[in-house]
Amino acid sequence: MSQFLQQIVNGLSLGSIYALIALGYTMVYGIIRLINFAHGDIYMVGAFVGYFAFRAGLPLPLVFFLAMVVPALFGLTIEFFAYRPLRKRNAPRIAALITAIGMSLFLENLGILLFSPDPRPFPRVFTNEPIHFAGGVTISIPQILTLAFTSVLMISLTLFIRFTKTGKAMRAVSQDAEAAQLMGVNIDRIISITFVIGSALAGAAGVMVGILIPRIEPLMGIMPGLKAFVAAVIGGIGVIPGAMLGGMLMGMAETLVTAFISSTWRDAIAFGLLIVILLIKPSGIFGSSSRTKV
Amino acid sequence: METETTTGLEKPEAVEKWRTHLLPAGLAILVLLNLLIFMEHFGFDIVSRYYKGILILAFINIILAVSLNLINGITGLFSIGHAGFMAVGAYVSALLTLNMGRWELVSSQVQAVLQFPLVLLAGGLAAALAGLVIGIPTLRLRGEYLAIATLGFGEIIRVVALNLNITRGARGIPSIPNYTNFWWAQLFAVLTVVIIWNIVHSNHGRAMVAIREDEIAAEAMGINTTYYKVLSFTIGAFFAGVAGGLLAHHLTFISPKGFDVLKSIEILLMVVLGGLGSITGSVIAAIVLTALPEVLRFLQAYRMVIYAGTLVVLMIFRPQGFFGRAEVNLAFFKSLFRSRVEEEMKSRSEERGGNGGSA
Amino acid sequence: MALLKVEDLSLSFGGLRAVSGFNLEIKPGELVGLIGPNGAGKTTVFNILTGFYQPQEGRVFFDGTEITGLGCHRINRLGIGRTFQNIRLFNELTVLENVKIAYQYAGGYSWRHTIFRTGSYRRYEQEIAEWALSRLEILDLAGKAEEIAKNLPYGEQRRLEIARALAGRPKLLLLDEPAAGMNPQETMELLELIQWLRQEFSLTILLIEHDMSLVMKLCERILVLDYGMTIAEGSPEEIRNNPRVIEAYLGEEVS
Repeated sequence: MSQFLQQIVNGLSLGSIYALIALGYTMVYGIIRLINFAHGDIYMVGAFVGYFAFRAGLPLPLVFFLAMVVPALFGLTIEFFAYRPLRKRNAPRIAALITAIGMSLFLENLGILLFSPDPRPFPRVFTNEPIHFAGGVTISIPQILTLAFTSVLMISLTLFIRFTKTGKAMRAVSQDAEAAQLMGVNIDRIISITFVIGSALAGAAGVMVGILIPRIEPLMGIMPGLKAFVAAVIGGIGVIPGAMLGGMLMGMAETLVTAFISSTWRDAIAFGLLIVILLIKPSGIFGSSSRTKV
Repeated sequence: METETTTGLEKPEAVEKWRTHLLPAGLAILVLLNLLIFMEHFGFDIVSRYYKGILILAFINIILAVSLNLINGITGLFSIGHAGFMAVGAYVSALLTLNMGRWELVSSQVQAVLQFPLVLLAGGLAAALAGLVIGIPTLRLRGEYLAIATLGFGEIIRVVALNLNITRGARGIPSIPNYTNFWWAQLFAVLTVVIIWNIVHSNHGRAMVAIREDEIAAEAMGINTTYYKVLSFTIGAFFAGVAGGLLAHHLTFISPKGFDVLKSIEILLMVVLGGLGSITGSVIAAIVLTALPEVLRFLQAYRMVIYAGTLVVLMIFRPQGFFGRAEVNLAFFKSLFRSRVEEEMKSRSEERGGNGGSA
Repeated sequence: MALLKVEDLSLSFGGLRAVSGFNLEIKPGELVGLIGPNGAGKTTVFNILTGFYQPQEGRVFFDGTEITGLGCHRINRLGIGRTFQNIRLFNELTVLENVKIAYQYAGGYSWRHTIFRTGSYRRYEQEIAEWALSRLEILDLAGKAEEIAKNLPYGEQRRLEIARALAGRPKLLLLDEPAAGMNPQETMELLELIQWLRQEFSLTILLIEHDMSLVMKLCERILVLDYGMTIAEGSPEEIRNNPRVIEAYLGEEVS
């Protein structure tokens, strides 16, 4: 039983990271209907920025600040130079998808070129001494930090989207871009902001993974990126609470499978879970199943 | 809408022009290559092993791209799990070859020639079966949901290969006999292109295209959309399996690593770059994308960065791929058969006596 | 015997009763109009008849067999063709290809012919092309056979939809607002066309239309639907003077 509780805790901290990345996928998809494949690599950028910031001896808040701002700039730039021109030309959606894949390959290989493909240890920032709780459950400081900081980020995001003018505009654009434009919403600006927010969240996730795992490499974004996207789809793509729930589910399922079955089956679980959920509810847990109009 | 293309870009004069020369030029190069490689039998080693290796890979990639195009471009099903079907074909055919044993009736060379196509066929059928099993539940999903589900299945196949005893997990299967040569690869590539071309230009192909254009209208026109979706998926999977078998007997070693998401994405790139729905476009894109990394080899460490950058730039300037939905201009090809076909048409219309076919 | 017989059809979406207790009987060769205010459930009836929606209650018989719950494509093959309110052509294909697709079952040839391009393949293809072209001629679209469907003007797109429906050799043709978006001149031409088609192919037609002048001139019998229920049925004359119809259309002109 205590082992089970322990795995739940581990699953939550892994899941909160998936959730942070999934948020970026779901927000971008909700607004421009694009699977931004480069998003997982933005998370890698965040991890590397965090790595160098820690090595430079910067204090923790500043590290997180940089690891969110730099990826945000990357996201903004990619959107501006790669996706926007395609949108302006009304290119087919699959062209945008391939461009995103191209951007992803570009970032990965740039990372390999600059930092070599070898994994490197992330600076140890916190003591690994776990804190013991009743029932034999232990939580490490990085896990607490991860859970606390992701909760703060998610709550802020929810409040931002619900109550600010920009947040309302984002929701409007995701429901009907044309109508929003007619109402005076500057769509390009909203899209840029969406990329900035999504990328900043992924950057934060990158640093947290660096602290948790502690190991980073240029290709570290591929699998978590993919799984975070899967998490977004499980929750219902385009739906923000869906991404949070999907990420948590995914982290939980993976941790439990690793602990009680076998770590080699771990990667299959993410996708198995996805397929089971899609077969039961084809548009994800929170996704609205829109009846096709005849 | 997904298929909104910038029609103004569809057929610029220049493209139209070089499309007319593409087919004769391509055929001429192919014939020349065949001659050059055939000279080996007389002791002239003109084409080096390295180049032959690239040619074989190009043929395998043609099979992969054209078969994925049937699913993605013709039927409009967004699938990115092609590497999974490839893996099924590769493993099944490799394991069959390794466990086939010696036939007693024929010499070992004859056995190799006889068993290889059978083994490839078996690999293809196994992949088709996987396609059928995966297709039936997932093909009711749409767009990105279908894409991610097929990607997921592709990954699951890989993880299964990683965990089974018979596939030897991550260690992979070594020392597969090197049966794939230029001739086999060419034969299967040509067969794939011809068969898929014929399917696309038949009433079955029209049913698939109708699904891409408007599934609801297709259903209202009496097309069993589920049947054709599953069928297109299964046929695509079959050829991916054959390609996997060819690859296994070319590389002589396979492991789950070679069939990951990146492989699926690589095939998708060929299809999109060639133009969704254009079979000849897929053929050309497969050749270009096989050659490109080799051509860029002089860039060394910068190679993959430049490759990825090129891809992004290409997509921005030509989002509909090389050909859009158009095919290579077949005027040349038709002129070869023109007289025969025309005569036949004429005699047939005389036979009918202008009956109009409205009976 | 009735060609189409609908008994007590009901379907609701969530809490909304789109169709309730709908009955209909159409004899071979009849031309029946289905009218009613927006959202009355007319298109829903079409969608149930053609198999897009499954009714929660009720049964549908066509040509002596029950078709309730059959798949859409099977119903089409039994002989019910339709057009769509919001035009659903195969946009990127040529006009000719649009019609060829609808000829699927009649011109079906086997996989052997497809893969090996046998002589039969060419014969069948020739036959399909000729048949499709003849449908286009009927609707005066033959000159546009090679044009991309989405580039046709609106009126011609509507005609192409009819041509496409005819290519499936229907016994019963369901037209969903065929005159929508047409000017009076085009509407009159459409009226003549429908009458002529009906004669020429001995078709039975059920049509939804908002253009009252067209419905009144064309149909022998009219059903009025409101809130998913039939509120009136009869000849154009009877419908015109029915108080319940006037009430349902309050503010709209019924003449």
